[in-house]
Amino acid sequence: DRLTPEMPAEFDRVAVENDREFHLIARAYADEAKADAPFGLGREALPEEIAAWNLDVSPDGTGLPVGSGDVMTGEEVFADNCAVCHGDFAEGRDNWPKLAGGDGTLADDDPLKTVGSYWPHLSTTWDYVNRSMPFGNAQSLTADEVYAIVAYILYSNYLVEDDFVLSNENFTEIVLPNAEGFIIDDRAETEYAIWSGEPCMENCKESVEITRRATNLDVTPGVDTAEEQAATAPAAEAPAAEEAAAPAAEPAAEPEAVVEAAAPAAIDMDLAGKGEKVFKKCKACHKVGDGAKNGSGPQLNGIVGRAVASADGFKYSGPMVDHGGDWTPERLAAFLANPKGEVKGTKMSFAGLKKEEDVAAVIEYLKTFGQ
Amino acid sequence: TPDPLITEIQPWAQGLGDGVDATPYGMPIRFEQDVVRRNVPWLTADPISSINFTPIHALDGTITPQGCAFERHHSGAIELAKEDYRLMINGLVDRPLVFTYEDLERFPREQHVYFCECAANTGMEWAGAQLNGAQFTHGMIHNMEYTGVPLRTLLNEAGIQTEGKWVYVEGADASSNGRSIPLEKALEDVLVAFKANGEALRKEHGYPVRLVVPGWEGNMWVKWLRRIEVTTQAVESREETSKYTDTLADGTSRKWTWVMDAKSVVTSPSPQSPIKHGPGPLVITGLAWSGHGKIKRVDVSIDGGKTWQQARLASEPGDKALARFYLDINWDGSEMLLQSRAMDETGYVQPTKKQLREVRGLNSVYHNNCIQTWHVKTNGEAENVEVS
Repeated sequence: DRLTPEMPAEFDRVAVENDREFHLIARAYADEAKADAPFGLGREALPEEIAAWNLDVSPDGTGLPVGSGDVMTGEEVFADNCAVCHGDFAEGRDNWPKLAGGDGTLADDDPLKTVGSYWPHLSTTWDYVNRSMPFGNAQSLTADEVYAIVAYILYSNYLVEDDFVLSNENFTEIVLPNAEGFIIDDRAETEYAIWSGEPCMENCKESVEITRRATNLDVTPGVDTAEEQAATAPAAEAPAAEEAAAPAAEPAAEPEAVVEAAAPAAIDMDLAGKGEKVFKKCKACHKVGDGAKNGSGPQLNGIVGRAVASADGFKYSGPMVDHGGDWTPERLAAFLANPKGEVKGTKMSFAGLKKEEDVAAVIEYLKTFGQ
Repeated sequence: TPDPLITEIQPWAQGLGDGVDATPYGMPIRFEQDVVRRNVPWLTADPISSINFTPIHALDGTITPQGCAFERHHSGAIELAKEDYRLMINGLVDRPLVFTYEDLERFPREQHVYFCECAANTGMEWAGAQLNGAQFTHGMIHNMEYTGVPLRTLLNEAGIQTEGKWVYVEGADASSNGRSIPLEKALEDVLVAFKANGEALRKEHGYPVRLVVPGWEGNMWVKWLRRIEVTTQAVESREETSKYTDTLADGTSRKWTWVMDAKSVVTSPSPQSPIKHGPGPLVITGLAWSGHGKIKRVDVSIDGGKTWQQARLASEPGDKALARFYLDINWDGSEMLLQSRAMDETGYVQPTKKQLREVRGLNSVYHNNCIQTWHVKTNGEAENVEVS
């Protein structure tokens, strides 16, 4: 028995017996479940309910709704909804996915996998955009807008011309470049057969050399070694312990600060409520509220009235630093309506809020967050 | 000299501790505050769509407490109340159905312990040793005792039509994460689970209901499960084409690589868990698992794979569950190149990095189950290395 030489024999037997009994019971239930008689639980799913959730689209086009969209419309919709993370030309920003490029790189050292270079089926792009995008505001696009966005992504990958119109009619005619690039899992033949059998126990190799070290790269997030932890632990523990021991010991401190920051004028909560919805467009990059941290964009606590380019630890563009002064509601409104016009060279690739009332609403919403 | 901790009366031996209910739902004592999930900020654009790691270097046994079991979200951990929960079965079924949470509780239940491993676990190590800590190299795994209803019971309730070959399973969060599972697996051992380790699932693990797909990659364990569609074909969703596919050296990619092959790692000593006691008795311990079934044996090498000795398994290994191994040695204080090697009941032996790279190249991203090496120095510190 290879299992475990040191394990007490009686323990072994008891464990196996329990296991066996347990599986018998489990199997009895399973057999019962397999029997034809259903339990009569649940209720019938109504056609409207199925239609609301059954949105997935398959490679053969099953599930595609009627609709169409052209590349030029797609460019606009993409700029409004997608470019903030994926870049104006689908080239990707920061760590967000690149949707275009990478043609012919799959066998390279560092392949670039995009819709154009890697994805096998166009249906996947349509399906994903339709159900899961934009990030933080999913399922907000119309079918025509999704067709337009997908047309634009094809165009960004040089797969169609700028006058192309994608629709449910011509959808399955589009074959992506890497459609034939996938094989079904073949590990059973290519790996399992080779890596099975009695492993070597002695004299398995003549010499062993260290060939790579993780510390050469130094990319591990700051984890103190045990000794450093021991040295710093008491100090690090104290605040947490105090917090736990004395919840809300000083309740006045924080709320006061919030009130102060928001004091200049009463907040129109209806308008702020509308602004919360508009803010979904911003959420992928900007965090606001308790403990908000910088993301692709700076955190926005206290942004109304805050000094321009003042979020700790965020790397602003030169032009934004030069913009100077404070974010008064007026200056914020001008920036949000036309970011690139107002601050030429800003890192914020958002196209801007077209409606004045959206700008007003989102500023009202941001006022509700103090420093 | 006498130890004042013994000779002097300590405050805890004299005064009083907390009363009952001081913490109605307990948290670990503050001295353990370092045993937490951690992420690697440079891995992803935003923590909303990201992953963190189980502190496996600091745990023992096999069951992972939910509170420190790794999280992976594609659009954040949502709050979904039981009374707002609905599960739909549609597609090629006789009776499309909607279940409430209470409906699910009325079906016969089962309990099983299974590991859940992200396909990307150890994925950052393909091109070379990169992250310094078992938590970071192998922490995209947890192992829990699940209670739930077999998926086959629910499918039987709806009545599968003969053309049905696949099920498409989908979550209720905004990422709408969906995966296609062959009907054969769906009927075999997939569980619609609502409890883990005896308590309700945590929000970050899909409260109130998640799918458990034993032995298969974590991405398929759909959280906030809301829909099961019986189909004739795989949907080929984003998560099963653009992601979770394994690119080989020639640029072709494997798809449908669902099973997690046998794997193991020494959790201590390791970079985050150095030896602090000097030469003498030393417990070497770690975890082993296989998506193909039970772990049969684990070997440990302290010389980088020149010689191996069989480790002791702490208990009878479960099916598709974590096994804990120990090797108790008398450390002479010299350098070690620590490795572990798992073997499962199919006879499969965990490969070296070199063996894996020979077949797959460096670009697979997912499914890296190679043998891990820790370089333990004479001072007891350990480092993630690769060896010839």
